[in-house]
Amino acid sequence: MAKGDRTKAGGGGTAPPEPEFVQLLTPDGERVAHPDYTVDFTDEEYRGLYRDLVIVRKLDAEATALQRQGELGIWASLLGQEAAQVGSGRALREQDMAFPTYREHGVLYCRGIDPIMPLGLFRGVNQGGWDPNAFKFNMYTIVIGAQTLHATGYAMGITKDGRVGGGDGEAVIAYFGDGASSQGDVNEAFVWASVFNAPIVFFCQNNQYAISEPIERQTRVPLYQRAAGFGFPGLRVDGNDVLASYAVTRAALDAARQGQGPSLIEAYTYRMGAHTTSDDPTRYRIASELDAWQAKDPIKRVRAFLDKQQLADEAFFAEVDAQAQREATHLRERVLSMPNPHPEQLFDNVYPHGSPLLDAERAEFADYLASFEGSAN
Amino acid sequence: MADTTYREAIREAIREAMRRDERVFLMGEDVGPYGGAFGVSLGLLEEFGPERIRDTPLSESAFVGAGIGAALGGMRPIVEVMTVNFSLLALDQIINNAATLLHMSGGQFAVPLVIRMTTGAGRQLAAQHSHSLEGWYAHIPGLRILAPATVADARGMLWPALRCPDPVLIFEYGGLYNASGELDGGAAVDIDTAAVRRPGSDVTIIGYGGTLSTSLTAADRLADDGIDAEVVDLRTLRPLDDATLLDSVRRTHRAVIVDEGWRSGSLSAEISARITEQAFYDLDAPVARVCSAEVPIPYARHMEQAALPQPAGVVAAVRAALGRSDG
Ligand SMILES: Cc1ncc(C[n+]2csc(CCOP(=O)(O)OP(=O)(O)O)c2C)c(N)n1
Repeated sequence: MAKGDRTKAGGGGTAPPEPEFVQLLTPDGERVAHPDYTVDFTDEEYRGLYRDLVIVRKLDAEATALQRQGELGIWASLLGQEAAQVGSGRALREQDMAFPTYREHGVLYCRGIDPIMPLGLFRGVNQGGWDPNAFKFNMYTIVIGAQTLHATGYAMGITKDGRVGGGDGEAVIAYFGDGASSQGDVNEAFVWASVFNAPIVFFCQNNQYAISEPIERQTRVPLYQRAAGFGFPGLRVDGNDVLASYAVTRAALDAARQGQGPSLIEAYTYRMGAHTTSDDPTRYRIASELDAWQAKDPIKRVRAFLDKQQLADEAFFAEVDAQAQREATHLRERVLSMPNPHPEQLFDNVYPHGSPLLDAERAEFADYLASFEGSAN
Repeated sequence: MADTTYREAIREAIREAMRRDERVFLMGEDVGPYGGAFGVSLGLLEEFGPERIRDTPLSESAFVGAGIGAALGGMRPIVEVMTVNFSLLALDQIINNAATLLHMSGGQFAVPLVIRMTTGAGRQLAAQHSHSLEGWYAHIPGLRILAPATVADARGMLWPALRCPDPVLIFEYGGLYNASGELDGGAAVDIDTAAVRRPGSDVTIIGYGGTLSTSLTAADRLADDGIDAEVVDLRTLRPLDDATLLDSVRRTHRAVIVDEGWRSGSLSAEISARITEQAFYDLDAPVARVCSAEVPIPYARHMEQAALPQPAGVVAAVRAALGRSDG
């Protein structure tokens, strides 16, 4: 996309049976070449990506377990989408800003945010807690599609501030799902980004489902092809391939930061787990589909690659697993010891300086709470 | 008589309407194989097929707008919006289109559309998923707003809503789907009047949807204390049934309104105004209101519960209206 990929954006017509996408690492761990995209990692960096993927999956599994045990209200697992998230997340440069949905725990991890943060949010003890400006990672967004507009406006803002242009310019990435692609907000974001040439990458994780609805309920053409109609490049990447996800995102972000405008990446992947812990996917999808995707697992192929290339040995894999286990255990301990907020805090953060009505309600509530003090139970 | 849940009652009402009228169909997100976000339409796809139980693309404005078009084209659509929170993406279609087309067409086109949605808090879904905005919709001329609080109303309101020429919004209270009650026959009910759910003589407690049970629980506790509360269920939030409300308040001389919406600019404010406008000289105490704290609904359980109307708050408001100080 950074390299004049515009001709590819419109091609096709009807959806191909087998998706064509940018792939650099096959499910068997073969490193394959692509005419437009490549990566140039050191051995250490390859191992680092593997480590990220394993840890991110492990922490996610721990969060799911905590929810099952009643310790979190809800959890939206990223299982299966680790490569799309780690690949794109590691492709961000320090100055780039990300706008996530509720599922981007892997990107959050890559941004250097303590993974306890979203768990505090879903435990209800705080509102997320990270500083979006310090970490360049915005709040989780739950209203489908809303963040694509915020991201577009933010991208317009950094352009106006003169922070775009050249290799150290800034860029924005907006994450969203295949379901979200049907929302007016998302399509309007495309129009705006296009018209104002905003430095933004629209990163759609097509995990094949919006809750129970398969992708066919949202589109007749491959999603990436929609970009052509809005006047910017679009491409599909193997979202289970961390190398390709990294390469295409890096190129798209670099094009944006240099002032070449928006682009759309469709990361073709699969939601291996439930939509959230409140969902039961067996109600709407068959086991064989899951099996087919299991064979394309994003972590297995990196492991196979490291193995084949002799970049890592058993001791390394064991050490990564041990680290992941340690971090997960530590995460669990910290979650369980998070203090509950004082009930009076429910009146905080409605207006930055309060309001007469709110102050009155708070005072009344404080009196009410005080009336229990000293009483047994 | 076997008990039926609120969820089953709505499903049964949809099933009956689909069987009775070819023009009726259901559309929305995840209403097909999934059976709807709250399981209401479970099994209906198997019975009626994908033409009549339609999973739609994820776009609230589109499925409400398309519902308007289908209604204009002679169909009787039931549009399911997952929750009231997401109806905000369809506000223009609901308020600026569905509600006004009869007027804008000089009386030529009614919009016989039914929009069902879940409302209310109390299930730890955080501020953006916990709105109670039905009172807000009740502000709009041209709409009819229903709030079933009982299994019988959940079962009986849909058919008359589909027969009604107005766009009708049915607000299903999320905390009630698993509630069960007796259903005798499942006859259609009227969608015009409020109902006295518990007769009493000392005070009128007014609730609807999710706050009916809050009001009834409070009334039971008050009874232990020798206070005889009448409980009125609004049922239809627009047009409001003033007659039932005022008749009750004129007998009890006191009114306490229980509403999960916020107090400022609310349905509870409207009811309070109507009572003071029309029954001021019958009142022995100012009209009182028990509403949600004026904050985005918190996610943490203990804070969320503190923010919502609770029976204890209703009991305290009634006691204050009766001049009984808590000792
Ligand atoms: C405006 C809006 N409508 C409906 C919902 C309910 N909802 C939550 S997630 C979801 C599906 C989203 O699917 P997709 O965009 O593909 O993302 P995924 O969850 O698969 O990552 C829906 C319909 C919502 N949160 N916001």
